[in-house]
Amino acid sequence: MSDVTPMRTPAESALIAAFPAARKNLPGNSTVIAMRESAFNRFEAKGLPHRRVEEYKYTDLRAAVREALPLAAAPDAKTLASLAGVTDPFAALDADRILIVDGHFVASQSASVIAGVTIHDLGEALSSGQGIEALGTIAKADDAALALNAAFMQGGVVIAIAKNAKPAKPLYVRCVVTGTAPHAVYPRVLISIGEGADVTLIETQQGPDGVAYQVNGVVEIKAGAHSKVQHVRLNAQGNAAIDMSTLGTDLGEHVEFKSLNFVTRPALSRHQVFARFSGEHIKFDVSGAALLKDKQHADSTLYVDHAMPHGESRELFKHVLDGESTGVFQGKIVVQPIAQKTDGRMMSQAILLSDNATMNNKPELEIFADDVACGHGATCGALDEDLLFYLRARGLPKPEAEALMLAAFVGEALEKIENDTVRDVLEAETQNWLLARAVK
Amino acid sequence: MLEIRNLHVSIEDKKILNGLNLTVHDGEVAAIMGPNGSGKSTLSYVIAGKEDYEILDGEILLDGENVLEMEPDARAAAGIFLAFQYPLEIPGVATMTFLKAAMQAQRKARGEVELSTAEFMKRVRDGANQLGIPQDMLKRGLNVGFSGGEKKRMEILQMALLEPKFCILDETDSGLDIDALKVVSEGVNRLRGKDRSFLVITHYQRLLNYIVPDTVHVMAHGQVVKSGGKELALELEANGYADYKTLAA
Repeated sequence: MSDVTPMRTPAESALIAAFPAARKNLPGNSTVIAMRESAFNRFEAKGLPHRRVEEYKYTDLRAAVREALPLAAAPDAKTLASLAGVTDPFAALDADRILIVDGHFVASQSASVIAGVTIHDLGEALSSGQGIEALGTIAKADDAALALNAAFMQGGVVIAIAKNAKPAKPLYVRCVVTGTAPHAVYPRVLISIGEGADVTLIETQQGPDGVAYQVNGVVEIKAGAHSKVQHVRLNAQGNAAIDMSTLGTDLGEHVEFKSLNFVTRPALSRHQVFARFSGEHIKFDVSGAALLKDKQHADSTLYVDHAMPHGESRELFKHVLDGESTGVFQGKIVVQPIAQKTDGRMMSQAILLSDNATMNNKPELEIFADDVACGHGATCGALDEDLLFYLRARGLPKPEAEALMLAAFVGEALEKIENDTVRDVLEAETQNWLLARAVK
Repeated sequence: MLEIRNLHVSIEDKKILNGLNLTVHDGEVAAIMGPNGSGKSTLSYVIAGKEDYEILDGEILLDGENVLEMEPDARAAAGIFLAFQYPLEIPGVATMTFLKAAMQAQRKARGEVELSTAEFMKRVRDGANQLGIPQDMLKRGLNVGFSGGEKKRMEILQMALLEPKFCILDETDSGLDIDALKVVSEGVNRLRGKDRSFLVITHYQRLLNYIVPDTVHVMAHGQVVKSGGKELALELEANGYADYKTLAA
């Protein structure tokens, strides 16, 4: 059989045509240019992933990405001024703030001096080559979204947290997309956490409703031994946006790492986590919650590589699906032969509120060690009628009874958040979604 | 208070209630006794409004109003309360949150002003103390990890706080030891009054030593086959249900 070269879609052809000019204009020294070219070649060889590519079986990018959008320009003064009219979901949070607009770091509106933390413009670092040795080595996978970000990344931020530093406030990275014309945005955040440090990282991705923009962001986190990290990501992209995101982690021994991704708004989103255990006795907890309606689509994909012994991983994903929405959970836990005493538990739960909603659950365990405790579960169903009756028999009207049950369902993931304000914000987002559904 | 006329009910094509008639007057405590499968729990669910059942014929009137037309939450707001035989666990919903949501929803449905937080807290605290429910239990998920006795006490606390006028106790004695039975019965007895009626469903006469009924009704084959005073319960305890199993057939 001869190799079949698929027809290029217009979006693929346009992306390929755009790269030579983009490479010249995007920041980067010779090493970075080589990285961009190598990533671009990986993308060009396979194109956008589609339903016959196992990892993208349920999220067909070739069908979803209809056109290649122009890269967003660096924000000018007028764009920055327009941000005053954009609500910050975490306005109430006492945090050190870092602002990224249309994929570009905005130094003038970011914290500059934080004890134990250094912050640099990734765009500048790509040109100088300073402080980006780990770039592309943490989030590593043969993945189209990741390759496209590596090829087209415009900027972002490099954050370094010193050994044993315990920043008093959370670090809050807010990424905003602006404008009424759709653009493509490729931000990247590179975070290194020193040994023994303890940090809370909050991330918001937001943009305007009604604009079919595309964001493909990558966050890379390298956590040193005995550090403690809590990462919370709020996906508040606009209702016509496509949001692809990749979180790559490289964890040292005795690291406690927690991450949660929360989605209610974008038309199509995929959040993928690639986690590598580089030390023993790691505690890894990754979770997600998505509340979807209409024709929304949200994909959570995990690849957890237990490459060292005594690792513990907990995964909990919650989908609430109304209308004609689609939820996807793909979780793969690999336990390498050396990774004895691994303790992994993965759970995906979905509640379908409509006959036309769809959930695709694909949990996978690949275990090559013999002394491990690993389990996974996936549930999918309607709200429990008996519970609903119990609540209604106490006087709660049906919409309120359902809202109470759904809030509790999502709350099981949200209660993993340690920061009270952050948890309050996501609980309020949940309530708003439930309220909108109840008055429908 | 409550009048059930010629009630015929089936579930999944299986006939459970066959022309049941029952009247409970204001302030009356009526006990329903009967063997397994006689339709006692079905009766309680149908009065409270569970949707699984098909009402083939008949009426249930609460103060003259046919409740069969009403949603379960509307029935609750109208004053019907069902203490479940097996109270359900609701993980993630703190008991306190649930109590507040239920009380405020009923007040709202009746057009009453919402309780202040202070007043709500006071009522819950007082009610919990009377039933020996520790405060920290109120912070836990509703009924999650509660023992059988704790769940039943929680049902009675809900009943006390919601102040219904027609209370159904569905085998409230099942799974209770003697001490818990006393606490729960005392909780019920405190709520007795001329404007509140009870339908006490039980297999055994034991509960009726603590909650002394005004009337006792024997159910078999989906009908009330005999009615009498509290002495009827003692008679049943002595002779069993054998006589009644054939009566309605």
